[in-house]
Amino acid sequence: MTASSVPASSPKFGGAAALLDRAGMLLILALLVVVCSFTVPNFASPNNAESVLLQVSTVGIVATTMLFCLASGNFDLSVGTLIPAGGVLCALVLKDTGNLVLAIGAALGFGALVGLINGVVVAKCKINPLITTLSTMMMVKGVAFVFADGKSIGIANDAILNLANAAFPIFHNARGGVLFQITAPVWICFALFFLFGFLLNRTIFGRNTLAIGGNEEAARLAGIPVDRVKITIFVLQGAIAALAGVLLASRMGIGDPKTAQGIELSIISACVLGGVSLTGGVGRMSYVIAGVFIMGIVENAMNLLSIDSFYQYIVRGAILLSAVLFDRFRTRR
Amino acid sequence: MSTATQPYLVFDEITKTYPGVQALRGVSFGVEKGTVHALMGENGAGKSTLLKALSGAHQPTTGCLLIDGHAHVFASTSAAMAAGVAVIYQELHLVPEMTVAENIYLGHLPQRGGIVDRTRLNELAAIQLRRLGEDIDPACKLARLPIGQRQMVEIAKALTRGAKVIAFDEPTSSLSAREIEKLFTVIRDLRREGCAILYVTHRMEEVFRLCDACTVLRDGAHVRTHPSLQTITPDVLVKDMVGRDITDVYGYQPRAHGPVALHVSGLAGPGVLSPASFTIARGEILGLFGLVGAGRTELLKLLFGATPATEGSIQVHDVPVKVQSPADAIRAGIVYCTEDRKKEGIVPIRSVLENCNLSARRKHVSLGGVINETWERKNALTQTTALAVKTPSLDQLIKHLSGGNQQKVILGRWLSEDVKVLMLDEPTRGIDVGAKSEIYKLMFKLAAEGMAVLVVSSDLPEVLGLADRVLVMRQGRLADEFSRADAAPERVLAAALPIDTAAA
Repeated sequence: MTASSVPASSPKFGGAAALLDRAGMLLILALLVVVCSFTVPNFASPNNAESVLLQVSTVGIVATTMLFCLASGNFDLSVGTLIPAGGVLCALVLKDTGNLVLAIGAALGFGALVGLINGVVVAKCKINPLITTLSTMMMVKGVAFVFADGKSIGIANDAILNLANAAFPIFHNARGGVLFQITAPVWICFALFFLFGFLLNRTIFGRNTLAIGGNEEAARLAGIPVDRVKITIFVLQGAIAALAGVLLASRMGIGDPKTAQGIELSIISACVLGGVSLTGGVGRMSYVIAGVFIMGIVENAMNLLSIDSFYQYIVRGAILLSAVLFDRFRTRR
Repeated sequence: MSTATQPYLVFDEITKTYPGVQALRGVSFGVEKGTVHALMGENGAGKSTLLKALSGAHQPTTGCLLIDGHAHVFASTSAAMAAGVAVIYQELHLVPEMTVAENIYLGHLPQRGGIVDRTRLNELAAIQLRRLGEDIDPACKLARLPIGQRQMVEIAKALTRGAKVIAFDEPTSSLSAREIEKLFTVIRDLRREGCAILYVTHRMEEVFRLCDACTVLRDGAHVRTHPSLQTITPDVLVKDMVGRDITDVYGYQPRAHGPVALHVSGLAGPGVLSPASFTIARGEILGLFGLVGAGRTELLKLLFGATPATEGSIQVHDVPVKVQSPADAIRAGIVYCTEDRKKEGIVPIRSVLENCNLSARRKHVSLGGVINETWERKNALTQTTALAVKTPSLDQLIKHLSGGNQQKVILGRWLSEDVKVLMLDEPTRGIDVGAKSEIYKLMFKLAAEGMAVLVVSSDLPEVLGLADRVLVMRQGRLADEFSRADAAPERVLAAALPIDTAAA
């Protein structure tokens, strides 16, 4: 009864098991890349790598804050319409004023405002986040259509187009064309992976987020400002979704209210696929990165194999379901 | 009552091995028909594992159960039910949003061609409930019943399945005194009807009031079965449980008290109906006694800012403090160990390290809220070592620790703060004897160092054994105060009993 045994590091959970827990899905991702490289024609080409990176960047950017949302035991659907709305707003302000800073600021500000509404309603009024963000998702969709008058808005501003297509490094092929490059949206996505990964692991804000998701009442009684943390998460989520929308619009050259339909579910499923718990309290950025890329690569491979998009839905759903079943099996043992 | 033949229920050499843990080591004993058989042991002694083998929730690694001479290894809970076994857990397995009758007959609702026969359902349920002496409307939603009646519903459910073996897992832990009496009456009736009853409890008094025989487990092994409790004393059972004598569980020693640490005046709010005023001195242990529902927890939550007070003021070390949230209270040096560890204390899916530093880490961050991992690891190690927390590592998820060790981690969380007033709400509930005495020792030590300690407990001997002074709450009011010398158990209990129902 008196003997205390607290070794500084665990004998049972050290080494391989812990590594597998942290990196399990990353290993599966690596395996997937290897398998696809050998079996899918044109997969292992610099050009395709570039397009995969660009493809996943939108989902990846928003998934960084969705990780916080899910880890705190919450949920945000409104990102699905905030992405097009952010693009539309940016394009509109650009068209009217030509001021890039103002345009991006307006989009991010609008995203943050919607996030603030979500956060206050969820944290203070104790309304289920699913219902709250479902409602704001619809409202934001309406707002985007009203602003755009139902049409897509062209972007003629060179500054933003250059920004979206800025690339480093750029490799050229023998004929002088671009062989491989990493463009700004991809770098921004990577930067956000790093930033929010750091926030989650190493800051009070991040640890409080996980504690709230793990046991909200215990967190509150430990002196954690639960409401403030939740509202902050939703505000960040809104702003980041709008940012993703701005980047998407500048890449496409139009602010289109009809773009990115259903992307909220891709974002959430990428997180869950990676191992982020839907009930909160469990999440790591490595999970999100793995989930985002696994989803993106599977989609890319199916496109390269010219699989009909109808079948793609079935495969993607099946992958998600098997991932969560596998996770349940793993944690049960 | 017992017969010379084999007992009705026999545990035959049951072992259970989990990865890395031997939870049961060849446990064998019998429970006679028509007896109440107590099962005792510290937390982690193997009681719950044994109950799980009985209920079919888990399967023993080796060994089997004999019921009426037939060997069983239950593959599932429904197999156990079919063999006439019911286990009634602390946390009841009922559906709050369904009616009482539906709960009783869940899984075998009376039907006519696939349609639930509600009339018959309610009739049958009413008969079952009356048999237990309960006057509950079977069509009432379960959620509207108090916890004591819900337990009766669970018992009724067991009886409709023809249970002949009924196991209770600490059934009284959340019941009021009157509900306990009622439960005991029902258990005695079941005994008369010939059920074999296994009764798991930590409360010594219940064993001697209710039970006919007693088995003690320790570290997964069978220590002893006392076929009769006539000739033995609680000390014997305690010795069996801990493997050594515990002469004075509390070890109280008078301490010198310093100036006032906490001054509460006119505090009122939800659950505390009339304004409460009291003081605690530095180095003093103040006991707060009252029946369940008397407003003790509510008073502590007001002090801690967990529920907003409607009036009143608080001074800590002569400085007025405004407490509107737990964060305010913690900054003022008031901390609170909650009654319900699982729901309000631990974050189960996070590590010991994380749980220990949940609050104090804010004081050790660098710019931008970046946490100091070195400090956190050092602090958690210091706290867990000082409190003798048993855990394989600091990275172990706290949910895998025993109740006593979880409680110690929560204490460690608070002792990482600059505590002036320590509030403990049922600090030893569901904790084994050994960990209890460690927590008592810690309280005395902290008080001796000048901390003011406010402890709530439903266990009267515990309050009287620990406190320098006892406050009694009754029906949402501070009703009485006793010095240690005046605090005779009968007087304190009398002060706590509700006035309007005291005659009942």
